[in-house]
Amino acid sequence: MSALHELTAEQGVAALHAGEASAAEMVDAALARVEDDRWGSFLAVDAEGARGRAREIDALAERPPLAGVPIAIKDALSTRDVTTTAGSRILEGFRPVYTATCVERLERAGAVVIGKTNMDEFAMGSSTENSAYQLTRNPWDEGRVPGGSSGGSAAAVAAYQAPWALGSDTGGSIRQPAALCGIVGMKPTYGAVSRSGLIAFASSLDQVGPFARTVRDAALLLSHIVGRDELDSTSLDWPEPIAVPEATDLEGVRVGVVDELMGDGVEPGVRAAVDAALARIEGLGGSVERVSLATTEHGVATYYLIAPAECSSNLARFDGIRYGPRFDEARDLLEHYEVTRGEGFGPEVKRRVMLGTFALASGYYDAYYLRAQKVRTLIRRDFDAAFERVDVLVSPTSPTTAFRIGERVQDPLAMYLSDVCTIPSSLAGLPSLSIPCGLSDGLPVGLQLAGPAFSENRLLSVAHALEAAIGFDPRPPGVL
Amino acid sequence: MSGPWEAVIGLEIHVQLATRTKMFCGCDLSFGDPPNTHTCPVCLAHPGALPVVNREAIRLGILAGLALGCSVPPACEFHRKNYFYPDNPKAYQISQYDAPLCVGGRVAVLLPDGRDLEVGITRAHLEEDAAKLVHLGAGGRRAGAEASGVDFNRGGTPLLEIVTEPDLRSAADAGAFLRQLRQTLRALGVSDVNMEEGSLRADANVSVRQAGERALGTKTELKNMNSFRFLERGIDAELARQTALLEAGGRVVQETLHFDPDAGEIHSLRSKEEAHDYRYFPEPDLVPLAPDQAWVEELRASLPELPVARRGRWYELGLTYEDAEVLSETAELGEYFEQVAELAEPKAAANWIRGELRAQLREAGQEPWESRVTPARLAELIGLREDGTLSEPGAKEVLAEVVRTGASPAAVVEQRGLGQISDDGELTALVERLLADNPDQAEQLRGGKDKLVGYFVGQAMKATGGRADPARVGQLVREKAAG
Repeated sequence: MSALHELTAEQGVAALHAGEASAAEMVDAALARVEDDRWGSFLAVDAEGARGRAREIDALAERPPLAGVPIAIKDALSTRDVTTTAGSRILEGFRPVYTATCVERLERAGAVVIGKTNMDEFAMGSSTENSAYQLTRNPWDEGRVPGGSSGGSAAAVAAYQAPWALGSDTGGSIRQPAALCGIVGMKPTYGAVSRSGLIAFASSLDQVGPFARTVRDAALLLSHIVGRDELDSTSLDWPEPIAVPEATDLEGVRVGVVDELMGDGVEPGVRAAVDAALARIEGLGGSVERVSLATTEHGVATYYLIAPAECSSNLARFDGIRYGPRFDEARDLLEHYEVTRGEGFGPEVKRRVMLGTFALASGYYDAYYLRAQKVRTLIRRDFDAAFERVDVLVSPTSPTTAFRIGERVQDPLAMYLSDVCTIPSSLAGLPSLSIPCGLSDGLPVGLQLAGPAFSENRLLSVAHALEAAIGFDPRPPGVL
Repeated sequence: MSGPWEAVIGLEIHVQLATRTKMFCGCDLSFGDPPNTHTCPVCLAHPGALPVVNREAIRLGILAGLALGCSVPPACEFHRKNYFYPDNPKAYQISQYDAPLCVGGRVAVLLPDGRDLEVGITRAHLEEDAAKLVHLGAGGRRAGAEASGVDFNRGGTPLLEIVTEPDLRSAADAGAFLRQLRQTLRALGVSDVNMEEGSLRADANVSVRQAGERALGTKTELKNMNSFRFLERGIDAELARQTALLEAGGRVVQETLHFDPDAGEIHSLRSKEEAHDYRYFPEPDLVPLAPDQAWVEELRASLPELPVARRGRWYELGLTYEDAEVLSETAELGEYFEQVAELAEPKAAANWIRGELRAQLREAGQEPWESRVTPARLAELIGLREDGTLSEPGAKEVLAEVVRTGASPAAVVEQRGLGQISDDGELTALVERLLADNPDQAEQLRGGKDKLVGYFVGQAMKATGGRADPARVGQLVREKAAG
């Protein structure tokens, strides 16, 4: 058996059920990797809580399904008594009184939360550089970003600090960092996973999803968190269990390559890796054709009206009155709001709150927010039409590999364009995942696969068969 | 400009719905409990907490809407109304905007002078109440307070906001409408409708225009009047202010106003320029509601007889507006009256309940429906009075005994010998004796001084301890005098 921290979650579960290791040992192995956190993946580590939980599980007569396998949780998810900040100064030291439904379901299934991972403040960003607390470094090249906003979760899994992690994805915040860190990341159908306890960025887009080093682990993790939750009215009754995929070929699978997402903005190295993956799809018996999604060119513009509009309202509750630090001895109420929110929020959050406030303002609503919602409907129809011809749509996950720390900080538009490939399926509410499909100049390239609503099982099957054919080695040099 | 002026008034009424739990979370509703004892992550707006719609609030909202003649569209939606204030923890109120629960109603209001007033109901929509601010020092006022606290117990209480068309033409109209609305909501059991406790709150949109003019004048919004009296006084004060302003050549400015009942003055809260931009947008945390139309029809079929229909029926029974007002004060009193009126003459029943019964019970601190005077007992008493067995004072005396013991009025009459003397032989003898004993008055009576009939009736009552039938005595006195 490999070292405990090198096991996939699936292998870990098997080892625990077979009695080859204890949950305590498994958790200790992860915590040892977390202590030397040279990548800055974690904002909070709950060593004591995790060890206690592992001991409890080891003492059980019968091991729960996940048996004590450790997991890392994005700091956007509320965890009772464990500091939860969403990467923001305005929630510094905040200890929630309740746990997010998805985390609670995992804990009930026997997963052990070891800590909370770094993220762009309130999930706004594509590099994790917008965290108010620290940088996170890409395990493949410590001079580069891990992507974002769930960069901490992606780095933790890529650096073998945990076999898997939860992230949240609004416009690409799981898939893009998964691509940049050479791991698997999935955003499920909107409504698949309860948002109760997910600190909202843009409610109509936010979805929780898994990070893992294998597609099978991602499927296993997803299988424990999907389904209707009474605490989230937008959560859905799930039609069938999520299965851990077994497929080895792609016979009869019709794959469409999105023309608009293979254009000039795509780096040559990324294009080459994606082309190689397309060849493998055909080698596995799948068919590949070109598909046009004409409306996707409006994706980024549409997204940057809807998401900021919703965030301007979602973030209005952070006022330092009921929780969170106060930065002032304000003379009056207005000054209190100004100082608390002025000090508490970082520049990107302020930029989006202002954009969104403007987009919703009386007299502008029709021209901006309402128009954006209409374009969103057109994008959804474009996908519907495409899925009449093909089963799966593929594209690069990100037009580039991981960029250098600081490279795009001064250029918000360049940063926004990092999500050009992931935003369309977010706007359409469709499931989509990223798997590593090769290296470009030693940096991982992600391949994005998207399917119709509720097609998670087929998407995971296709990804699993392709993953095996690609044979990507997820170990960054020098990390283990 | 000059008069005559016409007042144009519309009301916005907030009604706290009588659900067990809050609009979007499972916290119990409470009134008067220690601050912040009914809270949770949802109603405190903790990060990540999501609203879930209270089904019972939808049911009560639909019931109220149907009773106001509204239709219930197949789909409705919640919106966010964004504004910063400490009583609003999410910094947005979840409300309804362009797709409300109930739309397009109409009610007939029965006015004291017998007129019917048709009032259009624009809409009735669901929303959540704000938390309560508690100002310390400065006599509980915000200005000059040492500190302010927030009690989130009330935050998230389900509210139904009912908006009328500008169909009201006077403060009295507005008062009559609101009274009838309160009775309706109470009869439905959808709210406690207590203005003092804030479960019924009214804002008035007030404008004036020259009589005959069709266009509306500029309106002002008079906020939160917490009693019927203040509502009517506030509207009257605002109408007077606007009229005086227009007559002096001025212009009414659109603004939000507060009526200070102590000083009888109107103060400005904010002008249109300072008005909030609430940045309404559809609440993405909730899915649109689609009330099942079969369920709506079931609710419609379950509606009790509404106060306005009951009043129409009562008027036909001979009751007056005042009778109906008093008997509508509580559902129990109306029901008590109905039961008595089944067994006794209805107008007499109304008179007895409003008058002697309540007067006697007030001393005992009781309400009719919880007293020993069951509807059957009261009906029996009224019967004894109507058929002449009891005189007025005799009936009152019997009632006192029924209040005390719950005994049958007939039994009390029997036991105490209180029956009215209507035996002609006995009364004739009595009248003859009185005429003989009072020769001067008898002489004057015979001389045509008709007033003295009353004198002899009085004497007869005195002589019999009130048991003589005064009408019959009067007749006999006249007969004997005419001789």
